[in-house]
Amino acid sequence: MSGRDMSGREAILGKLRVAAGGGSADAARQEAVEKRLARPPRGLIPARGQLEGEARIALFCQMAEAVTATVARVRKADDVPRAVTHYLRARNLAPRVRMGADRRLKAMNWSAQKSLEIGHGPAAPQDEVGVSHAFAGVAETGTVALVSGKDNPTTVNFVPENHIIIVDAKDIAGDLESVISRLRRKYGRGEMPRVLNLVTGPSRSGDIEQTMLLGAHGPRALHLIVVDG
Amino acid sequence: MEVSSPQFKQKSRKALADEQLQRAMGKAKAGFIGKRRKAVDALPEFEALRSSARAIKDHTLAHLDLYLEAYERKVIASGGRVHWAETAEDACQAVLDICRAVGARTVTKGKSMITEEIALNDFLEKNDIRPVETDLGEYIIQLRGEHPSHIIGPALHLNKEQVEEDFRRVHDKLPAGRDLSQPESLLGEAREILRPQYFAADVGITGANFLVAETGTSIIVTNEGNGDLTQTLPRVHIVVASIEKVVPTLEDASQILRVLARSATGQDTSVYTTLSTGPRRPGDPDGPEEYHVVLLDNGRSSMLGTEFHEMLRCIRCGACMNHCPVYHAVGGHAYGWVYPGPMGAVLTPSLVGVEKSGHLPNASTFCGRCESVCPMQIPLPRMMRHWREREFERGLNPATQRFGLGLWAFFARRPRLYRLATSLTIPALSGLGRRTGWFRSLPLAGGWTRHHDLPAPEARTFMQQWRDRDTRKQEGGVA
Amino acid sequence: MKEDTRKAPRVGLFVTCLVDLFRPTVGFAAVKLMEEAGCAVEVPMAQTCCGQPAYNSGDRADAAAIARQVIEAFEDYDYVVAPSGSCAGMLKKHYPALLRGGAWESRAEAFSGKVHELVGFLVDVLGVTAVPAAHRGSVTYHDSCSGLRELNIQAQPRRLLATVEGLDLKEMENADVCCGFGGTFCVKYPDISNKIVEEKTACIAAAGAETLLAGDLGCLMNMAGKLHRQGSAIKVRHVAEILAGMDDTPAIGGGGR
Repeated sequence: MSGRDMSGREAILGKLRVAAGGGSADAARQEAVEKRLARPPRGLIPARGQLEGEARIALFCQMAEAVTATVARVRKADDVPRAVTHYLRARNLAPRVRMGADRRLKAMNWSAQKSLEIGHGPAAPQDEVGVSHAFAGVAETGTVALVSGKDNPTTVNFVPENHIIIVDAKDIAGDLESVISRLRRKYGRGEMPRVLNLVTGPSRSGDIEQTMLLGAHGPRALHLIVVDG
Repeated sequence: MEVSSPQFKQKSRKALADEQLQRAMGKAKAGFIGKRRKAVDALPEFEALRSSARAIKDHTLAHLDLYLEAYERKVIASGGRVHWAETAEDACQAVLDICRAVGARTVTKGKSMITEEIALNDFLEKNDIRPVETDLGEYIIQLRGEHPSHIIGPALHLNKEQVEEDFRRVHDKLPAGRDLSQPESLLGEAREILRPQYFAADVGITGANFLVAETGTSIIVTNEGNGDLTQTLPRVHIVVASIEKVVPTLEDASQILRVLARSATGQDTSVYTTLSTGPRRPGDPDGPEEYHVVLLDNGRSSMLGTEFHEMLRCIRCGACMNHCPVYHAVGGHAYGWVYPGPMGAVLTPSLVGVEKSGHLPNASTFCGRCESVCPMQIPLPRMMRHWREREFERGLNPATQRFGLGLWAFFARRPRLYRLATSLTIPALSGLGRRTGWFRSLPLAGGWTRHHDLPAPEARTFMQQWRDRDTRKQEGGVA
Repeated sequence: MKEDTRKAPRVGLFVTCLVDLFRPTVGFAAVKLMEEAGCAVEVPMAQTCCGQPAYNSGDRADAAAIARQVIEAFEDYDYVVAPSGSCAGMLKKHYPALLRGGAWESRAEAFSGKVHELVGFLVDVLGVTAVPAAHRGSVTYHDSCSGLRELNIQAQPRRLLATVEGLDLKEMENADVCCGFGGTFCVKYPDISNKIVEEKTACIAAAGAETLLAGDLGCLMNMAGKLHRQGSAIKVRHVAEILAGMDDTPAIGGGGR
């Protein structure tokens, strides 16, 4: 930290401390902060985010479609490659996709899709279709949660014009808070993956005359494949 | 950005006469209000969530120093760096130092009001670094050399013909016959132009909607995806955020997210909510190698604990201006600085001084619609009134106004004298206006009669007539 | 109202300066409505204005002096009622804020509890469900901002208007949007105010009603003044006049009596 940073830091924090009561109740304030950080209160969860079972999956699909994502449901993971090929054909897209080395994706039976070309690693400008596996889904808003990591490049989520996201039905939570709890269990308390992308529908902009248009800078189309089994 | 708020009256008159702007404002108004209403009506818990969101920010502000320290620890632990900036100049310099250290020539930028506040683009350009705005609206106004007229819709004041003109002027390699007449084709054009910029930039700069103390995470909320490309592709990611953006935990951010997009655009949630924690990790196939956070104060710490404290709850959703009749009438540029509308009328005097921006808190009817839709329940009219009080204390109001007010108060504080004065003038005025019942002009009432007629008083004052009635009653009682 | 063994509630009428000076009819309508509902209405002579011009101009000292004067004159009544959401809001919501932290704090709080806007008082406190008035014609109703947002006056006037014989309520679009009056705002920023009131009169005209009603004389004078300048034939009245069956008096700007 440079000298300027240091003096700025002390000056800002000093003013904040004075405004907060000049150090008189610091022990109590410290305790309140530590308590909240150690045991985050869950807050208010709308009823819509508390559905169970099939109702929850159905809400997820409905909310996603409401923001112009398309949704397909398949019975098992091995049905995914065929669903991807099917989607590409229906959209008149070349049979080429980009994906990371995610083990759940790897385990799928891609070789059965003879004509499908698969590129691994981060996305490049010429990539037309990206395929990702979601960490979780959120039924309340039709959102999918994607985490970055060595097998999951972030560029796959934003560079290609079309994005296909696989989400396991069992990973679809009612609310974001449940996803946060799962993140804590996986990464540890206070820890996060480098990037968590919460994606709700395809990219859009309303910046010209309030006309909502799809495909601003991120994907123009978002296709979700929900794996039931 | 230079403060031109003292010219509010001239600028607002110009805006009122600008037919193109008026059409754009009419369109924007109808869109935002209806969409928010629909989203709010669809969520029965919305009002309770407002209170919950407000409580989170109140708690955070009461412990702001401690949460910032906790946040800083986590950023450092995840491999990032935190730069504290007391002023706009400090923040600009911190960004420049980072850019210079990596030899940056081009930086891409996600939409960020904070970088507008510190006038980062001008500063970088002066130092031979080219900033490229990537949000569609920001890109358009950068081409025009303008500033945002709305905090979430920077180009709200423009129509598509103006955008086409700008694109044709600046995009000099346009193929002949390229159609740019529709929003679709304009968006396609901007996408095509900006795409290579993301890959070519050395540094990507974004703002932050939240900073999470629990994890050292910065969060951006966008619809276009430009912020994500901006922060993922270059070698360095710089987050510029003000100190009040911190929230304690991920759950706290989630609570506030539920009211943010609904209040702003009427979406249940924005398309991309991105939580970033530190730079690229070992084995990561992409992502920035450096992650910096520039934490800006710029006058906010001086608001804490004052009557403007609650303004620090603001999450920059724009609902207040979307519902403000004054903003609808004159648009954002009339306000003369970065933040327009009711939130700007409170914040601008706090950040640039009320002597330069006195018009803003005065140009409000106090209709209260802003407060009624504010997701953080900020009492905006009350704080505008507090600015008026500061102005009054310091004698900043025009002399004629003070004189008129003083004269009125002299009578208002003396009921008997007031009754005497009004019992003489009102019947006279009533008589004067008896023929038509209206005045088209009247001395000292020019402000009123410029645009409307003034109804003449009915007759004698109510108090005069009431006394007569009382007298008659008493006489009747005796008889 | 049925004969009641309880004593009639004593109401202090806060006339408001605009009603006092420009349209006494509203004051008499208020008295009539409350007397018919069984109240004993009195009008303390020591009243002038609620103090908003000072308060909203940043002049706290004069506003506080006026607040103390009003409290002193009215605090002994059972209720304090004003035919204006804006003035009632000032008395009820802002006096306590203005006098906080001083010797008057508790008096202002106690006083605040007694203050009501006229139509809200009739419906919510006195339990009036119908008025014996008649009005042949169509009306549209503008929700004045302070009454609406500070005191929740929205359903009450509509509820009573629905019981006026022969009256046809035609709702306008954006009835709850400000008319651009804003007290001193309309003379400090006349051009902006004008733009806002023009939007309002367009909504009023589109509603197609013969008469415009609202609960605040400031807003009414603003809208009436604009309508008249535009050459509109729409008549403008305070809602209390219709509820009290006093539509035989000339409408606002209709000449003296």
